[in-house]
Amino acid sequence: MKDMTDIGTGPLLRVEGLAKYYGARVGCEGVSFDLYPGEVMGIVGESGSGKTTLLNCLAGHLAPDAGQVLFDRAGQLVDTVTMSEPERRMLSRTDWAFVHQHAHEGLRMNVSAGGNVGERLMGLGARHYGKIREQAVDWLGRVEIAEDRVDDRPTAFSGGMRQRLQIARNLVTGPRLVFMDEPTGGLDVSVQARLLDLLRGLVREMGLSAIIVTHDLAVVRLLADRLMVMKSGQVVETGLTDQVLDDPQHEYTQLLVSSVLQV
Amino acid sequence: MKQEQGGTMISVQDVSKTFTLHNQGAAVIPVMEGASLQVAAGECVALVGASGAGKSTLMRMIYGNYLSASGRIMVGEVDVASAEPREILRLRREVLGYVSQFLRVVPRVATLDVVAEPLLAVGVTAEEARARAADLLGRLNIPERLWGLSPTTFSGGEQQRVNIARGFARQYPAMLLDEPTASLDAANREQVMQLIEEAKARGAAIIGIFHDVEARDRVCDRAVDVTGFTPAKVA
Amino acid sequence: MNAEQISGEYNFAYLDEQTKRMIRRALLKGLAIPGYQVPFASREMPMPYGWGTGGVQISAAILVPEDRFKVIDQGADDTTNAVSIRRFFEKVAQVETTEKTAEATVIQTRHRIPERDLHEGQVLVYQVPIPEPLRFLEPSEVETRKMHALEEYGLMHVKLYEDIARHGEIATSYAYPVKVEGRYVMDPSPIPKFDNPKLEMAGIQLFGAGREQRIYAIPPHTQVVSLDFEDYPFQRMKAPKCCDLCGAGESYLDEVITDDAGGRMYVCSDTDFCRERREAGHVGALGVAEDAA
Repeated sequence: MKDMTDIGTGPLLRVEGLAKYYGARVGCEGVSFDLYPGEVMGIVGESGSGKTTLLNCLAGHLAPDAGQVLFDRAGQLVDTVTMSEPERRMLSRTDWAFVHQHAHEGLRMNVSAGGNVGERLMGLGARHYGKIREQAVDWLGRVEIAEDRVDDRPTAFSGGMRQRLQIARNLVTGPRLVFMDEPTGGLDVSVQARLLDLLRGLVREMGLSAIIVTHDLAVVRLLADRLMVMKSGQVVETGLTDQVLDDPQHEYTQLLVSSVLQV
Repeated sequence: MKQEQGGTMISVQDVSKTFTLHNQGAAVIPVMEGASLQVAAGECVALVGASGAGKSTLMRMIYGNYLSASGRIMVGEVDVASAEPREILRLRREVLGYVSQFLRVVPRVATLDVVAEPLLAVGVTAEEARARAADLLGRLNIPERLWGLSPTTFSGGEQQRVNIARGFARQYPAMLLDEPTASLDAANREQVMQLIEEAKARGAAIIGIFHDVEARDRVCDRAVDVTGFTPAKVA
Repeated sequence: MNAEQISGEYNFAYLDEQTKRMIRRALLKGLAIPGYQVPFASREMPMPYGWGTGGVQISAAILVPEDRFKVIDQGADDTTNAVSIRRFFEKVAQVETTEKTAEATVIQTRHRIPERDLHEGQVLVYQVPIPEPLRFLEPSEVETRKMHALEEYGLMHVKLYEDIARHGEIATSYAYPVKVEGRYVMDPSPIPKFDNPKLEMAGIQLFGAGREQRIYAIPPHTQVVSLDFEDYPFQRMKAPKCCDLCGAGESYLDEVITDDAGGRMYVCSDTDFCRERREAGHVGALGVAEDAA
């Protein structure tokens, strides 16, 4: 029996005092948290609250102005902010994954589905076409894309399929931490549900940790174990997802929760 | 953790709760004060009191769904009132089950998988988990033709039974039951009674809210009136 | 206007000495880091981009009066592009020109490597339209530079993967990517992949992209490996025919349509190679024996 959040093990990710400024404006400030293996954390807040800035700082897409983003490598926490760029880039195509809101930002639209999934494998040195294709087909199956679509380009896919393809492309190398930026944004409600179910299954089966940025409280209710609420670049409340949504403490969270239809 | 018959499994010690309504002039509303109760392994305790007295609130606090303002809520060795989210998550996965009145699931997931999920979460094989889920759904008279469908399309009574099946899928050492027999017919009510009795027999500590007096008298060893925990000011 | 008059108005080989020095520095850097694309300040040349301005600037920077210069386009010495570049240097550098591969010291080429092996001391100058092999899939120059710097070359195989997925084989038949000395992935310019194995040679190879302002180089006897998959290894490719003029079976062939009735013939794309063979008495299916006299 696997125990994905063994209390005895250390955090997978430790963030300390992270800050990003855009001139005099605060992108995000004073963000600290631990994320343990197997945990899914949601970051919610309205547009401009700094949640996407924070995600980009965590994932190494933006250089923070202060703070540390420590990631577990073989039991040692290593600061990914100060590590060399090659190391960080290596991390982001092995142990990390990033699922963009818009699939076209995370996919190569002029490359077949198989090539999209295979790229990370080839990036890690896979040089056997047959095996790469086999793995690609396997992963397309896991995200419910039929094998006969393996040679089609994402331009021929629906929005939901593109998003699933993006997930397959990211997860094929077995990352440990997935960053997701509004993964269900812009999808039909029924397509969202399918994607959520898929993500839940993958998170559980692979023991993934994930950080999901969204403004959709229904999405975090179903996907996230923990929640971080942001306003004006600051974290105003954290806690268990259902606790934060059902017993919000901060004024802003109460407003946020009461502003949406029943979740 | 293997509980002994009779050992204290759930211990609520001098717990209080307030709600601060920031949207209504930051009004602070004390809703509970000095709440204490103990539940031993193999024991079932009923929470009673008038509607609005705080039965569900206390139950949610024990589950970690509501924050406590003060006091300790020990479930096994974890103090829910002060534990880190991941400790509570682990507690919920392994120790503390909760059958709420509402079924909250991802819309398109099949009923069989909804019920099997708590087992999958602790690493039980899919085959084993589904077999256990099928057994429970059968006992609770959910027709097999519905197992492949999402319960979001079911009637209220069917959803309630799916929720119960899900809650009993794992043999938790501690359980919280919020109106488990509401809106059930006699046959299904009997099945739920039996499930509770089986859980008690294997040593589960249970706290329940039952409006159904007959059911309460049958499965509960004693009752705790939460009216006693209502703060003096508002009482 | 005769040649003397024109050359009198220009520095030797057209470019001023400062520019030549700048280009030579780029060439030396390129030779020191085989396969690495060195940026250089490409000059306006008296010919349009796409007509070999990169190659012409390299030739201008390295030519000395003692050189014997040869220009080929698709292997032929007598095509418009080759003729005009040869005449350009005849005018502005007064170097001797030749069509004989063996006798040339500097050979400027577009789209071919001569059939005859080059020997030490010879320089092959390539005209390059798009120097960046990763450009096909990654439009950002910032990103491709980073990929080169960090040796992140997975993307190059994505291109080959796409070939196989779409055509059942690696259909890239020219500008076939190579890895130089185990480090930089390089576009060998649009030579047919038939020529790729010849990239490992005794001569010096210099590559110039005028519009893109890049120079790169392969020193003599440098390892050059064509990228491939274990289960789809690199394969040389040519028309499965012999030259109809000289009978050569191992040279790269051009298909020439001879009439409106579907008539066609195959001839060596390397005109010098073909001529030498015919002079040596080889005759192809449609050839006429050279007059021994």
